[in-house]
Amino acid sequence: MLREVVRGLSTTLKSMFEKPVTIQYPEVKRPVRNRYRGRHHLRRYENGLERCIGCSLCAAACPAGAIFVEASENTDEERYSPGERYASTYEINMMRCIFCGYCEDACPTQAIVLGDNYELSFTDRTQAIYGKAMLLDPVPGGGAPTPQRTEPGKFTRAVPEMKNPEDEEASA
Amino acid sequence: MAKQMVTLTIDDQQVTVPAGTLVVDAAKKAGIDIPVFCHHPKLEPVGMCRMCLVEVGRPMMDRATGKPILDADGKPKIQFGRTLETSCTTLVSEGMVVRVSSPQVEEAHKDVIEFLLTSHPLDCPICDKGGECPLQNLTMEYGVGESRFIFDEKMHLAKNVPLGDLIFLDQERCIQCSRCIRFQRDVAGDPVIHFHERGRATEIITNSEPGFDSYWSGNTTDICPVGALTTADFRFGARAWELKATASICSQCAVGCNLTFNVRREAKAGGRIVIKRVMPRQNEEVNEIWICDKGRFTAHHYTESTDRLTQPLVRKNGELVPTTWEEALDLVARRFQTSLDSFVTLASGRLSNEDLFNLRQLTDKLSGQSLLDTYMAGGDLIAEFGVAAGTNFTDFGPGDAIMVVASDLEEEAPIWYLQAKQAAERGAILIVLNQRPTKIARYATHNLTCAFGQEAASLLAMANAIGSSEISRLPDWIKEFPADNALRLAAQAFADAQNGVIIYGQQGIGLQASRDVAQAAANLLFLTDHLGRPKNGLLAAWQRVNDQGAWDMGFRPAEDLKADLSQASAAYIVAVDPVGDQPVLAEALQHAGFVVVQELFLTETAKLADVVLPAQAYTERDGTYTSAARRVQRFYPAALPLGETQPDFAITAQIADRMNIKMEGSLAGRVFQQIAKNVVAYENLTYRKLAETKPQWPIVGRGDLYYGGTSYENSQGVGVALRPASQVRKLFRVTWERPQAEWPQMEDALVAVPLTRLYDRGTTVTPAKVLTPRLTPPHVGLNPEDAARLGVSDGGLVVVSLNGVTGEVYAHVSERTPAGIVFVPRSLGLPIDAPSPVGVRLAEKALARPSNLQRITR
Repeated sequence: MLREVVRGLSTTLKSMFEKPVTIQYPEVKRPVRNRYRGRHHLRRYENGLERCIGCSLCAAACPAGAIFVEASENTDEERYSPGERYASTYEINMMRCIFCGYCEDACPTQAIVLGDNYELSFTDRTQAIYGKAMLLDPVPGGGAPTPQRTEPGKFTRAVPEMKNPEDEEASA
Repeated sequence: MAKQMVTLTIDDQQVTVPAGTLVVDAAKKAGIDIPVFCHHPKLEPVGMCRMCLVEVGRPMMDRATGKPILDADGKPKIQFGRTLETSCTTLVSEGMVVRVSSPQVEEAHKDVIEFLLTSHPLDCPICDKGGECPLQNLTMEYGVGESRFIFDEKMHLAKNVPLGDLIFLDQERCIQCSRCIRFQRDVAGDPVIHFHERGRATEIITNSEPGFDSYWSGNTTDICPVGALTTADFRFGARAWELKATASICSQCAVGCNLTFNVRREAKAGGRIVIKRVMPRQNEEVNEIWICDKGRFTAHHYTESTDRLTQPLVRKNGELVPTTWEEALDLVARRFQTSLDSFVTLASGRLSNEDLFNLRQLTDKLSGQSLLDTYMAGGDLIAEFGVAAGTNFTDFGPGDAIMVVASDLEEEAPIWYLQAKQAAERGAILIVLNQRPTKIARYATHNLTCAFGQEAASLLAMANAIGSSEISRLPDWIKEFPADNALRLAAQAFADAQNGVIIYGQQGIGLQASRDVAQAAANLLFLTDHLGRPKNGLLAAWQRVNDQGAWDMGFRPAEDLKADLSQASAAYIVAVDPVGDQPVLAEALQHAGFVVVQELFLTETAKLADVVLPAQAYTERDGTYTSAARRVQRFYPAALPLGETQPDFAITAQIADRMNIKMEGSLAGRVFQQIAKNVVAYENLTYRKLAETKPQWPIVGRGDLYYGGTSYENSQGVGVALRPASQVRKLFRVTWERPQAEWPQMEDALVAVPLTRLYDRGTTVTPAKVLTPRLTPPHVGLNPEDAARLGVSDGGLVVVSLNGVTGEVYAHVSERTPAGIVFVPRSLGLPIDAPSPVGVRLAEKALARPSNLQRITR
């Protein structure tokens, strides 16, 4: 019987000198994995224009019905995104979202991406609805905030011309 | 007239269709979809897009005997063509064999799709058509997913070209199928858009000023098989799959076009459910798959106006102040109870049958008068001699006659214009009897002109020319109405036609004249035996959507509204603004004892009321409208009620309840049960019966959008056409009456004559901002002689004094206005119901001729 007690205590003693598995959150944060799917971002182009064109395909793809998009028309005097259309309302209900990443897949301009922020806590339901202002990335250096006044005829394409990666490999 | 039937084989399926059917339609009837872009069953075939290529084989014939050559099995030998044929231009023939799904045809489909996409921008994510686009659907179904064409050689063209104020063109998306051009040219008769340039540079342009000047432009966006044409109203409004569809009826004229309201919750509107767009709903017996731009762009905006009344108002110390329903209704009931005998209800045809029925019940209990606000008469005659159930304008052709009297049809009942025009083009006799040249007269086989005030007299002259028949004996006094040669010929053509319909309208006539015209028209129909059978009878292009329903519910036009109102101890004014229309009535209303106004807006009349009750718009509730052709049709709630508003029938029922009068007010359907019990013509009708549908051709909507474009399939009811008394019982009599309307007799004075404009400035039109640029400024039409005498130039300002109102408006000087006559459009600022004396003088400002004056072109 004594043998069992010693064996148990030795396990305890051994673990006292091991590196702890737990971390001191929130002071210490564990890095997330490469393909982690956290809170969404709406990205911008380098010039500061929003990538989102308000096509609502993310909302269509969303299995949880968490996304609500409303579009309006761009003009050269007041331009938010390239092309004719931009999202005047963009809302994600983070409580409904299941972080499946379908919205990312559906996006024709790679505007919406799931980031690494998992710190989503709310004290009431309305706080869980993230609006466009909360989701949009900050304006990159060298870019201007939206709406921008742009040169007529320059930003006529809503969907950027994307090369097939295979073609690029072939030419390289 | 049974058509010869032809049997052919499509993909091993035996199909029997009438001779003259196109292969593509025959296949569709057999449930086989041949993909198409340029073909549309309502348009003539052109075979431009090549999408419908099929293999066609015909039986080989022995030249010597004219008999089919048989093979070893005893079956006819089939000779297939060397190349594929377009099934949209090939007519069926006996023994034909069509292969729709052979490798050769599939290869052709792939190639055509690839070719159509050479310059297509593929910007489906931002395209308003995305999700309901035939090009998208067919590319998914038949496309290969890759293109052999060089990406950098795509044509880059303009993306948002406004073709007018209402329609945007995206030149890159256009596949040049010419559906829009053919619709405008062949169906609408407004050839205002065309192809320009050739080859890859082909583009669509408009050559009218203002751009795309047509009342039908919205339909081109429906039939466009790509997203090239989109409306300004719905531009980027929502994606097609996010919208919910609600069946409704257009409230802008009496044709009763079937609509679908597409609704969605909207953040911009504070999270309310709003109507995002208005689409036609197929009803081949009413509007086919078309609607006019007024219906498309104004049917809903007024119901969502921020100026709507949201709570009851009661006058306290001379001011209208908000109150509770309880207080308002208690007050109304108390005052109505003490107003027996001189109680007046004034309502309009904007109300549903349920509202009107309840109003009539209440009024009868109070021994009051049920008055209809209208400048047209004859609803009682239509209940007797109206077009018979089973009448369908799309069936009209050789041997049928349509007579249009005193009506600028396109302005008053646009769909009838479209249908009368097409009937005439199919060979029907179209007789137009108008006082001035109108657009419908272009298609007339007999274009007759009469002087203003002589409309009924001309109809009687036609009766005189035909002479007594076995059915009817003409009265002796008819000799006072001699017919000239043109009238005689037209009368004879109408009498000889197998079927005949007379449409009378609103042009240049007031209440009494319209009664005369209706009576004379009924007499003429009786004389020529054009009553009681389908495709025969009388039609009125009413002022409002449910005027016929109001007549059926027992409302009658007021003979002298001013007297009726000023003598009333209590007036209940519902959905009508008499003071706004005729400012002289303000005084009469002040004499009335107690005035209750039930309205959507705080109108001029409501401002004078003692109690104002806020009603729900028809988009927020259900009910029924009776169209001018007496088709009872249901509409359904599309949006949520605004504020504290209630449906009209419920408000009336609550007032009645407080007076211990039993009345149904809980549900529109329950009120309709009461109508079915109490109104003979509506016997046996139920909401369920009105919601029945039937198969219609062409097939539109559904999953496959190849045919009808984006108009909606009718899944919520085609309505029921009521049978006029002449159809129910075969014995009836018509009385001959002399015209009684008096033409204003004034020495050397000008006479103002009312005209109706589709784009007027009525309260249901102006809230639609998208249509604002198309509305004409207030104006009057003057004859060059009169204008010269007054010193007025075309486009100058004049001061007009009419029916107690003096206003400054533009003058449109034209030969089209007869001397001594001033054309005054209704609902455009100047009050006019019937021809009346008018004072016109030059405005002082006009001498300077400011440069910013807009010339009036219409």
